[in-house]
Amino acid sequence: MPEMLSVKNLKIEATSYPPGEPPKVVTLVEGVSFTVQKGKVLGLIGESGAGKSTIGLSALAYGRGGVRITGGQVLLDGKDILTLDKNGIRSIRGARVCYVAQSAAAAFNPAHRLGDQVIEASLRHGIMSREEAKKRALYLFRVLGLPNPETFGDRYPHQVSGGQLQRAMTAMALCPNPELIVFDEPTTALDVTTQIDVLAAIKHAIEETHTAALYITHDLAVVAQISDDIMVLRHGKTVEYGATKQIIEAPREDYTRALVSVRQTKRDEAADQTGTQLTIEHVSAGYANGFKVLHDVSMHLPKGQTLAIVGESGSGKSTLARVITGLLPPTEGRITFEGKELPRALKGRSNDELRRIQMIYQMADTAMNPRQTVRDIVGRPLSFYFGLHGQKKTERVNELLDQIEMGGRFLDRYPAELSGGQKQRVAIARALAAKPELILCDEPTSALDPLVAEGILNLLLKLQEETAVSYVFITHDIAIVRAIADSVAVMHRGRLVRFGPKSKVLSPPFDDYTDLLLKSVPEMEIGWLERVLKTRRMESAGN
Amino acid sequence: MNLRSIPFSAWIGIAGIAIAIFCALFAPMIAPFGERDVVGDVWLPAGGDFLLGTDNLGRDLLSRLIYGARTTIFVALAATVLSFSLGMLLSFTAAVVGGFTDQLFSRFNDLMMAIPTLIFALVVLAVLPQHLWILILVMAVLDSTRVFRIGRAVALDVAVMEFVEAARLRGEGSLWIIFREILPNTLSPLLAEFGLRFAFSILFLSTLSFLGLGIQPPAADWGGMVKDNKDGIIFGISAALIPGAAIATLAICVNLVVDWLMKRTSSLKGGRGDA
Repeated sequence: MPEMLSVKNLKIEATSYPPGEPPKVVTLVEGVSFTVQKGKVLGLIGESGAGKSTIGLSALAYGRGGVRITGGQVLLDGKDILTLDKNGIRSIRGARVCYVAQSAAAAFNPAHRLGDQVIEASLRHGIMSREEAKKRALYLFRVLGLPNPETFGDRYPHQVSGGQLQRAMTAMALCPNPELIVFDEPTTALDVTTQIDVLAAIKHAIEETHTAALYITHDLAVVAQISDDIMVLRHGKTVEYGATKQIIEAPREDYTRALVSVRQTKRDEAADQTGTQLTIEHVSAGYANGFKVLHDVSMHLPKGQTLAIVGESGSGKSTLARVITGLLPPTEGRITFEGKELPRALKGRSNDELRRIQMIYQMADTAMNPRQTVRDIVGRPLSFYFGLHGQKKTERVNELLDQIEMGGRFLDRYPAELSGGQKQRVAIARALAAKPELILCDEPTSALDPLVAEGILNLLLKLQEETAVSYVFITHDIAIVRAIADSVAVMHRGRLVRFGPKSKVLSPPFDDYTDLLLKSVPEMEIGWLERVLKTRRMESAGN
Repeated sequence: MNLRSIPFSAWIGIAGIAIAIFCALFAPMIAPFGERDVVGDVWLPAGGDFLLGTDNLGRDLLSRLIYGARTTIFVALAATVLSFSLGMLLSFTAAVVGGFTDQLFSRFNDLMMAIPTLIFALVVLAVLPQHLWILILVMAVLDSTRVFRIGRAVALDVAVMEFVEAARLRGEGSLWIIFREILPNTLSPLLAEFGLRFAFSILFLSTLSFLGLGIQPPAADWGGMVKDNKDGIIFGISAALIPGAAIATLAICVNLVVDWLMKRTSSLKGGRGDA
């Protein structure tokens, strides 16, 4: 087998400019070597900041703003592309090496038809004539399973769905018949039910065209389906590099083992689910323009337990949270909390009613005022609800910081000086400070790396044991549901599809949608994709 | 913050402003002659007894420049601070409360902006008695319409952020949300606007003085001095350029300081540089 891409001892550096200090050089990637053969896929996996995208882009001899490749070799078909001049690199990019970005919606020009954009690179490089390119695009649309391949190219980017757009981008990359494709998290921004279709399409297209590929992702279960080899990266260094089978089934390093076993935690549900702390009865809600988002939703939650609301984007699960908080008053139905009906709108609720229901957001970045220190952020509910100040307040803030396993040295930091996981912990401390009885968690872990997310989930479980707080946990991730939920509500297009104790909801007989949802969640198992594609009942057509 | 982190350009600005304020505070002590004294011939050249020459009536230009710093800086600064307080309070209230209040404030603001500023000021100042505080108030109200526009735009961006939603869910009142959640996050663009508005205030004051409705003679102000000496330019006498240069220098100094403050406040947001 010829080696298509061979990277030797790669070193990548960048200059950072910390405010008030002299600029310094940071090493992003060091001593990374790998090879990819024709028709094979290498998966690059790691958490954010591991350097996986940076390495992927080095295959195009490209460094994002301020990033420089300072050492090593990138051999494409035996020739070092790092030594090429501007024109030499230009003849490679988009012709011999192509790139598929994470957000196809941002990568397509909204003013041009998809077909023209797909064949643009091939025409610019003079690889084929317009007729040939169109023929190849049509062939690729078919291979990627796009609907109406003959007319698909006539559409504009806004006229097709996110999953179709991601496949169109794959077609764009495959069109000039490149020797290597770099996939940079192509399915991360998609819903699980869409992800599986795109994944299958990409896999099929790679097999058809015998191109070599680098597949970058943070999800080991995804990469296990598609790649032949896997390289695990951390802090810009190689942790483990080997065949997919070996990495998944017999990982050698502790870090890899942690990655493989993450999301495997399962918790037994509470036996007694008869209590009702929160009851939602026949709630419908919509926006002022008459667009109805929720249709007749009913569910309930016993004290001290966790209700997981599952669904894909647009299913109305976040809207339901807004209805519970009172930010969006329901048009019909009622919500009862601790035996008392909650006033519909935020304005009608007393401070005590507000205190008892707290919220944790998906993006801790935007959920905290960037100009307040941790002390102010966590301390404000204390002085607002309980009138604490001075020494007493500081003591309580310290207690809370200990509870979230962070400690007093973070008191005077700004959110910008915290890592993603730490930010989310501070947000949890802010919610805890109010001594709530119910916390609404709106996808609090979906923006975090898997290991960090697991830490947050464990923290939430620990806090539930200590304080008997209830959670309404909104998520699109079935693995999280298995890990923390007592009861589960499945939502689809603003309607409740299924509701009950976890064991009942997650076991057959299934309705079509729950079946599709459950089968779309990637599992850490080689050959899962093929197996599941054969047995799926409901086609997620249109994705 | 330590003194070392202040860039050189900001030091220039600070020095310039310090000199101007020093002149304003200690004018009677440092000015070689009185503000209103005719001490020599008309339009004497620079040098000799009169460091910068004399003006169209034979008054010492340097002394008038020093005394003029008092009125110019005081009126312009007071008007700008007042217009920002007014404009920001109203615009943030409009952005946070929304709905009818927002419509009322915004449409009234549009109405105010539809009338040409200068004509409006002329009419109002001609009718009202000529007090310094009335002049400041009129300038502030007229300027606050511009502040309202920019304030509402930036506040709306912040008001939809989740930390503001979190504050609402906590049950915080509008005042807390305005002053604690929104204000600190809108300081960068508003500071930039402040520097610009201050310079415009000086110019506006000069315009009003030029038309006889600003600072009343014989009190000195830089804009009025330009007007007094403008005829000299025809004869090749540069007396009008000196107060003009003073206005420009002060405006530049203020903006140098504002630029630095802006960089400093925006770096708190994770050091995304000079946004």
